[in-house]
Amino acid sequence: MDFQIIIDSIPRLLDGTLVTLQITALSILLGFCLAIPLSLMRVSKNRLISVPTYGFIFYFRGTPLLVQIFLIYYGSGQFQELLSQVGLWNLFKEAYFCSVLALTLNTAAYSAEIFRGGIEGVPYGEIEAAKACGMSGALLYRRIVLPKAIRIAWPAYTNEIVFLLQASSLVSIITLMDITGVARVISARSFAFYELFLFAALIYLILVYGLLFICKRIEKRLTGYLNFQH
Amino acid sequence: MLDLQGYGGLLFKGAQLTIYVGVSAMAIAIVFGLIAALCKISKSKIIRFLAETYTTIIRGVPELVLILLVYYGAPTLLQDILAFFGKDVYISINPFSAGVTTIGFIYGAFATEVFRGAYIAVPKGQIEAARACGMNGILTFRRITLPQMWRFALPGLGNVWMVLIKATALISVIQLPELMRNADIAARATRKPFTCFFAASLFYLAITIVSNLLQQWAETRANRGVRRA
Repeated sequence: MDFQIIIDSIPRLLDGTLVTLQITALSILLGFCLAIPLSLMRVSKNRLISVPTYGFIFYFRGTPLLVQIFLIYYGSGQFQELLSQVGLWNLFKEAYFCSVLALTLNTAAYSAEIFRGGIEGVPYGEIEAAKACGMSGALLYRRIVLPKAIRIAWPAYTNEIVFLLQASSLVSIITLMDITGVARVISARSFAFYELFLFAALIYLILVYGLLFICKRIEKRLTGYLNFQH
Repeated sequence: MLDLQGYGGLLFKGAQLTIYVGVSAMAIAIVFGLIAALCKISKSKIIRFLAETYTTIIRGVPELVLILLVYYGAPTLLQDILAFFGKDVYISINPFSAGVTTIGFIYGAFATEVFRGAYIAVPKGQIEAARACGMNGILTFRRITLPQMWRFALPGLGNVWMVLIKATALISVIQLPELMRNADIAARATRKPFTCFFAASLFYLAITIVSNLLQQWAETRANRGVRRA
């Protein structure tokens, strides 16, 4: 095993780690903002709203992320003229933008389904009590349903965050230099394949279990009132 | 809109290979999962530790990195080891076996948790009863535990399969001509990337829908002996 090459490539792998974390964080934030309204639309009683939302969720959960990335990154080329006319081509020719867009839509679909489970898991008594107190509509959702739903959904959502961090390695296929991308480029030049991929795997392991640790802390805080001990 | 310019057949062939890869990898995953699950409930601390390490590491590393590691890394590692012993050989793995074993190995870790849960779900009284009837460990497992584990494991295994079949798209990175790779070839040849990849995504959707139906059928079949309120 050639340790020198690992030591030499640490700075570039750390740059890659930053890219991985950036893309993951951006997609999770944007995906979360999309997922909450999507989950509300999914449980809507109006079929004109719930059916298309379900279609969107079904498509993004039923196809591989790689297809979605390729559809957005390579597929947008087919509509270059149209996109240039509306001034969006500059965005779609950037691998970074396409990656974040694909990951955001993907995680939004998965998270929306997770939050739907959370919303449906809110005990009916709590909603009744809130209604008896005179809350309805937006106030009911903001104060009672959503906080409770997020608490219920948090463990599953934690899994989704970890999956997204790992899935972000796919952006290396469309030329972005995240951890995997850096490892691929350096190893292709130096033939030090297992050294670099093992090291990349190690970085991912640290990131994943670090992230899980943070999520567990958040979970403890969110459900702190349940674990109260005298 | 979906004019594939004669590349539909190529995509269909790719879809066949995708299903073939998926089924083979799933078979490997089930074997790995069962073995690791048995290790996890073993009385030996070392065996438990090994199984725990396997699932912990696999679940923390992206599939893509593991596929690249096996396809590019494993041959070079073997060559380096053999060179150390003075043997100069060239080793390469074909994409099919590299892809199938890696995907199977990865999803074996996920299947492990499913089987462990299923094992715990089998009532302890039945195992005691089997023992009382004079069955030994292996016989009890084969006759009592395993048949019932399937019932509890089916929903979880269905989920593993859904994720696994989508993960097979990653094997296109190591040039195996499955659905995704063929869609890429078609996209380059026709210069209609959106059309080709969209068609490929519809193939995946079809696989998902059919798998869903099969899973429902299998679950009703497996639960036919269960009393419902």
